[in-house]
Amino acid sequence: MADSKWMPRWFYQLASPRWCYQICGKLLPWFTVAALALLIGGTLWALIFAPADYQQGNSFRIIYLHVPSAILAQSCYMLMAVAGAIGLIWKMKVADMVAKACAPIGASLAVLALLTGAIWGKPTWGSWWVWDARLTSMLILFFLYLGVMALNSAIESESTAAQATAVLALVGLVNIPIIKYSVEWWNTLHQPATFKLTEKPAMPAEMWVPLLVMVIGFYAFFAVTLMMRLRNEILRRERRAGWVKELLLSK
Amino acid sequence: MADLITQAASERAQIGPGGLFVATLRRDLMLSLRRKSELVNPLIFFLMVITLFPLGVSPEPGFLAQLAPGALWVAALLATLLSMDSLFRTDFDDGSLEQLLLSPQPLFIVVLAKVLAHWMLSGLALTLVAPVIAVMLFLPAEGMPGLMLSLLIGTPTLSLVGAIGAALTVGLKRGGVLISLLVLPLYIPVLIFGTSAVQAAVTGLPLGGYLALLGALLALGLALAPLAIGAALRISVSG
Amino acid sequence: MSGPMLQVENLFCERDDRMLFEGLGFSVDAGEIVQIEGANGSGKTTLLRILSGLSRNYEGDIFWRGEPIDRVRDQFCRELLYFGHQPGVKALLTPEENLRWYCALHPSLDASRVAEALEQVGLAGFEDVPCHSLSAGQHRRVSLSRLYLSDAPLWILDEPFTAIDKRGVAAKEALIGRHIARGGSVILTTHQDLQGSSVVRSINLDRQGGH
Repeated sequence: MADSKWMPRWFYQLASPRWCYQICGKLLPWFTVAALALLIGGTLWALIFAPADYQQGNSFRIIYLHVPSAILAQSCYMLMAVAGAIGLIWKMKVADMVAKACAPIGASLAVLALLTGAIWGKPTWGSWWVWDARLTSMLILFFLYLGVMALNSAIESESTAAQATAVLALVGLVNIPIIKYSVEWWNTLHQPATFKLTEKPAMPAEMWVPLLVMVIGFYAFFAVTLMMRLRNEILRRERRAGWVKELLLSK
Repeated sequence: MADLITQAASERAQIGPGGLFVATLRRDLMLSLRRKSELVNPLIFFLMVITLFPLGVSPEPGFLAQLAPGALWVAALLATLLSMDSLFRTDFDDGSLEQLLLSPQPLFIVVLAKVLAHWMLSGLALTLVAPVIAVMLFLPAEGMPGLMLSLLIGTPTLSLVGAIGAALTVGLKRGGVLISLLVLPLYIPVLIFGTSAVQAAVTGLPLGGYLALLGALLALGLALAPLAIGAALRISVSG
Repeated sequence: MSGPMLQVENLFCERDDRMLFEGLGFSVDAGEIVQIEGANGSGKTTLLRILSGLSRNYEGDIFWRGEPIDRVRDQFCRELLYFGHQPGVKALLTPEENLRWYCALHPSLDASRVAEALEQVGLAGFEDVPCHSLSAGQHRRVSLSRLYLSDAPLWILDEPFTAIDKRGVAAKEALIGRHIARGGSVILTTHQDLQGSSVVRSINLDRQGGH
């Protein structure tokens, strides 16, 4: 590679599917434990110890699921686009696999955010769906994920699919801020601001600390699912490589 | 010896990027104009979609007038999308696209020329017929300048973004539905600002801000979309 | 200039889980014809597409005049004429309109000789006829007439003689001979034996993949 001089060594080690498979295997137990501890602890804290909202009562507690999944759905898209770009520029197979593994996780998180938003909407607004700016943006983000997944599955050649998807994800990444801005602007034009699911001007610490725990827990959980999907993808694509055969025979 | 050949090439008057832009624009327009039936398809589609609204919702003038800005923009958006698939497909099928990618000239020149040709026969044509169709939806006369201006500035962005989808799916046998899936979410900002511009015009509010936003989107599209289209074409042809 | 024009080292390509070639290396000098041979599906077209820069799905190194090809892509495109599987001829345009666009696209094509080139390939009198009323062979002739316009030193030709009659083939062979004599080089695939050219070197892909 012509541009190998300035890239650090670990970057190229990461490019080796075998090395990546092993390092993911080593990290997985730690992340699993962290995710379980944070999610269980955070949930108990959020449901039992955090105080009820003075306006919304107990129904606000769904933000402990809604906010982390919404944040993760967005971060996941960014990771997907960045991984796709790395795959595109440096022809790094592992980056392509990361991008491919990201899409379904991100889409599921977007669905979770939409569902929790709808469940919260029923007692708050009296209907399952309201064209709220955040929910609408999340719905569009979900559409973007669907587009990426549809394109990826439509192209037969794996390397072509990865490259095309990366371009689409990057185009989406440029568009997300524009979409977010335009939707928020559209929303203020059409309906006065009512309850916002998030954006509490002054959320007391006993409310936001468990939220923070849940967000970190979701990140850990995301890392776990991503690594598991990545390991599967590596095994599938490298199935004819010697080390995979050895690995499977030794088990 | 080989240098002699190269030298001969450099001594001859050569066609520069500007010439290539004009040549490609002329070629694409000529191709479309010789296939007249396909030329009017987006316009017919536009008209038909608009007809569905009174039939599907209500023919009551006051209601339709309220619906008109959104309906016209949605119909224009779908009509543009409909014609998008063919942008690179014939070139891909007959091998011209390979030749295009092997040109030493900058790829974005050809891409821009092709998108411009596409826009002239879809977006521009839609802009010109839109007032006539708007009358059928009882859009007040005050809304017409807003409608035409917003379509004029907004539809090129639709063509540019749609071309990315067309370039990504050109290698697939059936790209039509997939393009819509990829591109429609990206069309949302243009739809929002375009519709708002028409609504503002109807209510007599200043248009400048909306048109400036649409212009900003167009500038961004002009700067970035050709890069994405070029990359997508190389990927599709390589695969 | 010394050294080969095009040099290929350690080229590897697989398609649909099937290896097409591995460790493929050869060079093409000025004034040389290289014929790529192999059974159907052995990767002839794929190799030509890789060499021309259309396909990037390969591993290995390709050098153009001693430089890695990705660094001198513009220069390489300037010096390349590629004739692909599809002729790249628009059915709705006349032969002349088709060629004029190619001349705008490729600086190595001489726009002032379009009429002459069409006459050379036996399409005189068809300049103003839309290509959809021409036969398949005539389509390919329209595309092949680019060879008469070209100053590019390297020609990559994928089955240039398909659907061309005997007289046409003889004319093309003479053309290739002239190109070689001028110091150009040609990489081509064909099922025909090239006549009268002593400089043909062949590379067989059947021995490469193996399975």
